[in-house]
Amino acid sequence: MTLLSIDWFFIIEKILLISAVLVLSLVVAMYSTWGERKVAAWIQDRLGPNRAGPMGLLQPLADGGKLFFKEEIIPTNSNPFLFILGPSIAMVVACMTSAVIPWGDTLTIAGRTISLQVADVNIGILFIFGVVSMGVYGIMVGGWASNNKYSLLASVRAASQIISYELPMGLALIALLMLTGTLSLKEIVEQQRHDLWNVVYQPLGFFIFLICAFAECNRTPFDLPEAENELNGGYHLEYSSMKLGFFLFAEYINMFISSALMATMYFGGYAFPYMDSLGLSPNMISLLGFAALFIKTLLFIFFFMWVRWTIPRFRYDQLMRLGWKVLIPLALANMLITGGVVLLRQH
Amino acid sequence: MQALTNRAKPVDRRPMTFMEKLYVPAIAKGMGITLKHLFQRKATVSFPEKKRDFSPVFRGLHVLNRDEEGRERCTACGLCAVACPAEAITMEAAERKTGEENLYREEKYAARYEINMLRCIFCGFCEEACPKDAIYMSETFAPSNYQRKGFIYGKDDLLIPDPKTGK
Repeated sequence: MTLLSIDWFFIIEKILLISAVLVLSLVVAMYSTWGERKVAAWIQDRLGPNRAGPMGLLQPLADGGKLFFKEEIIPTNSNPFLFILGPSIAMVVACMTSAVIPWGDTLTIAGRTISLQVADVNIGILFIFGVVSMGVYGIMVGGWASNNKYSLLASVRAASQIISYELPMGLALIALLMLTGTLSLKEIVEQQRHDLWNVVYQPLGFFIFLICAFAECNRTPFDLPEAENELNGGYHLEYSSMKLGFFLFAEYINMFISSALMATMYFGGYAFPYMDSLGLSPNMISLLGFAALFIKTLLFIFFFMWVRWTIPRFRYDQLMRLGWKVLIPLALANMLITGGVVLLRQH
Repeated sequence: MQALTNRAKPVDRRPMTFMEKLYVPAIAKGMGITLKHLFQRKATVSFPEKKRDFSPVFRGLHVLNRDEEGRERCTACGLCAVACPAEAITMEAAERKTGEENLYREEKYAARYEINMLRCIFCGFCEEACPKDAIYMSETFAPSNYQRKGFIYGKDDLLIPDPKTGK
């Protein structure tokens, strides 16, 4: 069916896929808050939320309802436009990155081949990088607009932290790109499908990327922008109601996306061992592949939480020293060695 | 300097070795500890469903006792109020009229007997001071309340049910 030479099925298909991915990231983010509290409780020998619904599964709904119905306070001396813009940027940017992650291989329904990736752009990783660096603007704008010294300190901290950790992250990725020779996430996954996972070739690169992902998501031990006990909650000190909810939510979506990204780039994405020798139909394998990616992502999210409840926060000078004096040289060395090996193998 | 106790331990001030400077082994060790705790038995007692037993000498909410025939034992002597370090007990005495012998054991009784549970420190001195075995501390505690006046317990809250009539 072509009307005005527009492939309407394509548009419907993409709209459905975008909605599905958005709903998925929102639901995962919602239940990450529940998971976070459960993991925290278990690590501290407690039970965690167990009153709202079986095993406390309705807790995120209760929290969301509470945030929605709380009084919305915009401080008198704040800049109202920027004050609202801050959490909006954080939320929009957090949701945008999921567009280029391949959630699975292709599905064939009624003769149409549907890719389980919203957009297979050939600069996927660059896109993610660009969008993720936008994320810090939410924190910066929000912290600045609050007109509060703690929020301002937090936004300054966030900005310099993200700048410092984006460098080693990028350098670690360059090594990966030299190995795979592509920026498209889909191709990276396809290469891993027929070969070993990238983490085997790039263990150090993965480790650096992991540490930087913690820093980019403002997760403990790098949660200096929101440091409760030094900055009273930092950039979301003045926020209340759902604007606060958006900031918190964006953090969990970021965590989900960076987990999915790490699973995609270093742990084979939707590829799982023996996937091509099971003898199942391609559709079945695509669905299983999606499940594999999802499980890998959840394991990474668990890892994020596990680290959060184990390691205390860095001091600011320690954070900077780790970023500039340890991670960047390590990432550079990793890049040089990878480059050398790639060159050697070509000749 | 001489140590005050034999528990003092010298602090290790040697510079960190390379492995220690890496921090990663120490972090891995810490993560192992938290992982172990993930599966350990939880210390939480799910309160309303499960209740922990009080100790046998627990001093809870007060009760005013009656004798075997259901008469109030309290004679409003005021010794409990005097003994009370928190000054939580207030009482007013009254004389027993003829015809009330089945209600009050002695010729004098407490017409008003109030304990402010917010002031009470549950020390049990009232129980010890009472010469008539009229006040005892039970094994429950004061339930929560929205208002302060709800914590001032009068005679109707404190008296135990009449063993003969059951109310």
